[in-house]
Amino acid sequence: MDQLLINPDYPHILSTLIFLPLAGAFVLLFVRNESFARYWALGITSLIALLSIPLVKAFDMTTSKYQFVEQVSWIKSLNIQYVIGIDGISILLVMLTTLIMPLCVLASWSYIKTRIPAFMACLLIMECAMLGVFMALDFVLFYVLWEAMLIPMYMLIAIWGGPRRIYASIKFFLYTLAGSVMLLVAIIWLYIHNGYSFFIPDMMWQNYSSTAQIFLFLAFFLAFAIKVPMFPFHTWLPAAHVEAPTAGSVILASVLLKMGTYGFLRFAIPITPEATMLLAPAILWLSIAGIIYGGLTALAQSDMKKLIAYSSVGHMGFVTLGIFVLNTAGVEGAILQMINHGITTGALFLCIGMIYERTHSRELRDATGVGKHMPIYVTFLTFFSLSSFGFPATNSFVGEFLILAGTFEYSIPLAMAAIPGAVIAAAYMLRMLQKIVWGGTDNPDQSWIKDLNVREIVTLAPFLFFVFWIGLGAQPFIDIIHVSVDNLLNNYHGFHSQAVAVTELITH
Amino acid sequence: MQFLPELILLGAGLIIFIVSLGKTNAATTRDIAIGLGAATFGATLLSYSQEGKLFFNAYQIDLFSQVFKTLIAGAMLLVLLFGQKLKGISEKVHSEYYLFLFMSVLGLMMLVSSVELLSIFVALELSSFAVYIMVPMRDDEGKFRFQMEAGIKYLLFGVTATGFMLFGMSYMYGLTGSTELVVVAKELTVMWNQPAAVIAMMMVLAGFFYKLAIFPFHFWVPDVYEGASNETTAFIASVPKLAAVALLIRLVSLISGDGQVILNVLLVCSIASMFYGNLSALVQTDVKRMLGFSGIAHAGFVLLGILTFQITGYANAMYYIIGYVVMNLACFLVICTVSKNGENISIDDLSGLHKRSPIMAFTLAVGLFALAGIPPFVGFMGKFMVLAAALKEGYLLVVILAAINTGIAIYYYLSVIRVTYCSDPEERAPVSSSMLINITSVFLLAVIIIMGVQPQLFVDYASNVVQTIM
Repeated sequence: MDQLLINPDYPHILSTLIFLPLAGAFVLLFVRNESFARYWALGITSLIALLSIPLVKAFDMTTSKYQFVEQVSWIKSLNIQYVIGIDGISILLVMLTTLIMPLCVLASWSYIKTRIPAFMACLLIMECAMLGVFMALDFVLFYVLWEAMLIPMYMLIAIWGGPRRIYASIKFFLYTLAGSVMLLVAIIWLYIHNGYSFFIPDMMWQNYSSTAQIFLFLAFFLAFAIKVPMFPFHTWLPAAHVEAPTAGSVILASVLLKMGTYGFLRFAIPITPEATMLLAPAILWLSIAGIIYGGLTALAQSDMKKLIAYSSVGHMGFVTLGIFVLNTAGVEGAILQMINHGITTGALFLCIGMIYERTHSRELRDATGVGKHMPIYVTFLTFFSLSSFGFPATNSFVGEFLILAGTFEYSIPLAMAAIPGAVIAAAYMLRMLQKIVWGGTDNPDQSWIKDLNVREIVTLAPFLFFVFWIGLGAQPFIDIIHVSVDNLLNNYHGFHSQAVAVTELITH
Repeated sequence: MQFLPELILLGAGLIIFIVSLGKTNAATTRDIAIGLGAATFGATLLSYSQEGKLFFNAYQIDLFSQVFKTLIAGAMLLVLLFGQKLKGISEKVHSEYYLFLFMSVLGLMMLVSSVELLSIFVALELSSFAVYIMVPMRDDEGKFRFQMEAGIKYLLFGVTATGFMLFGMSYMYGLTGSTELVVVAKELTVMWNQPAAVIAMMMVLAGFFYKLAIFPFHFWVPDVYEGASNETTAFIASVPKLAAVALLIRLVSLISGDGQVILNVLLVCSIASMFYGNLSALVQTDVKRMLGFSGIAHAGFVLLGILTFQITGYANAMYYIIGYVVMNLACFLVICTVSKNGENISIDDLSGLHKRSPIMAFTLAVGLFALAGIPPFVGFMGKFMVLAAALKEGYLLVVILAAINTGIAIYYYLSVIRVTYCSDPEERAPVSSSMLINITSVFLLAVIIIMGVQPQLFVDYASNVVQTIM
């Protein structure tokens, strides 16, 4: 248990973050008043966002240990613990989640018109589960939260979604659940081969047999690749994104997708390093396929939400590419890109939701030429679009640059294959931007459209702030993840040199 | 005191019998029945810590039996509470219906205390015959009379299973020269490599496979669930299964040493139950039929828990079946409430339930998510612990197949939830539920969540309980 670091100044901060939203949701069960429900949810999520700020302040950047740890025995007979903690890999994701939730509540302020208390309760339960997933250091706790999250997300899409919500929500649920079924078997297998412990750090860097590692890796891969989603498993994503309400899309894009890539970093690489090395090339090429495929498909969309959804497939392809080149630049870029994608794509979904609230259409054609009547809106949209295809001085540039730098280090042909993805991204984002801002000679009459109100500006402004902060001064963000990433990669390479040494010893 | 719950039930039967002679209105009969059900439950609590042997050692009162009696009485009380209107039963026979219900429960209670082959047989028959009559008591106003078909099917399959069981018992007696389980267990320990012992055991188990609806004794389930009235189905789907698991644990714990053959056969039964139940449930349109098939699949999981031959495994099976009964009761509570005049509920009938009755929709959703094994509900923990224990014993392939089944199962549960939350009610009338039913449903929800979040308490206790009969 020497990987754990208890921070005495903040004894129960992580638990508070996890359970406060749950308590808030419980209160909402008894609430009928709609405007109270809105303010209550906003209050709770903002409180959590404020409470999470000390995490960054008190975070010790010099160690790769898990910090702010809390540890209580949960189910003794199976040795399941309630143990949570964060390290450099998870802290930014936790912060992203806490900071984005109040904005999701704001984005749903007038968008959601029916059953508001229930909607807000679902959002709060989501927040509880999402934070828990990033903090859990016990595999059962992780799995419980990972699965429990499906219920509120399903409800968000199925009740408040668009016209094809039933199809989309069922597809989302089935895909994710089917993917994680084998994860459960893998978890139990690891439990039995680790002296009956579900403690995740103890499972890492163990000498499991190669066959076992490959099967474990495949189980992990199925669960996480569906969540990311990687190329052949992505079909649920456009459906879910298009039908989900704005807040649902934002949560899905900004946080849920990150769980897949987080899973690769937290579980797949440390627990099955040998299989990772063996299978990484395949995953890298799948990532390339995702980048190109997502980009080309996005280029052909006329529905704005679908366009962003397919662009997510491409962006997440960059993230998996960065993770599996397994060098410092790549992995740091990947983590940074996870955050960037959360900020940029979340903001783009908010932008499209705002148009949708006005025109009740997500068709690109119906939104052409709104730039004339919504100058503030298109200003925001322009910056987010630029950020989305990695324009210099925006956040995604830093992330993608690091990933590509890492890829070049790993293999030049691979990097060359990824470059067109960046070009296609510019093509589809600029195409959308051009249509929305200017359109053509046949624009529909948009003169009745009102520009953003204060609430909407307040919702978008923080995103823009982070776009530029990360874009212009990414160093603090890299500092906070650096030690953990280094530790991960050192262990990984150490594991392999050790393995090589052993095989050499045997062969000689 | 040791025999108090059974005596109360017997007395309850007599009182109801007297009631049935006169002309009492339905409400009074109902109140009397609920009162007697509560009294039985109270009696099981009073005799909770009793121990002893009765009837020349054929009847054993120990913690194991008393826990199951309490559970059976509790489940019966819940069925009485939410099925109180007996919508599907003609008012003329309400009192008779209650009479048979109490007799059946009496049989089940005797069953969990029986430690001798013949008393097991008698108790099982008592519980079954009463239900054979309850099934066709449904009133469909002379339309299709499918309750008769259901009754006959239940009877014929039941009699066949009992026939198997008796035949197996005769083998057991022939092999060991005794009908007492203690002696049988001791004598059989050296015989597990002999086909006769294996066949004897499997045939005896057949009787309980029938009650629990494990493949290949599951054929009655869909038709009986569909044909019987909603209240009867709620009873059949929950209470007898508790007793069946109790007896399965008692009997399987006899197997020792070279029980490998039996183990393999039973593992196949368990996996076949899961696949058969889940795949068939996928295409059902009647909610009760769907729950019936899902029950077959869940029985497979319970059996898998028992098959670890470990105390923890038995405790997991106990935890699982209690959880299953609670989740199932939650679903049946909704079915009984939504059904206006006791007719069957198709999945479409649940359309827009969240607008017609939010609490019922919520109960159904939690019940079904729990049955599907989504955390944080009891269904997940049950499955998880059963799978963990099974993998510990090295049944990797079985565990993988079982895990695939969880994936299949989610689809049909979800399609019901989808209808309750995403469809419009169209012309369907709102559903009213009385305060008592609302309280019952909140209670069931609380149990589902508490058992799911704090399984420790229950499993530890179950281990202690199982320990007493080892």
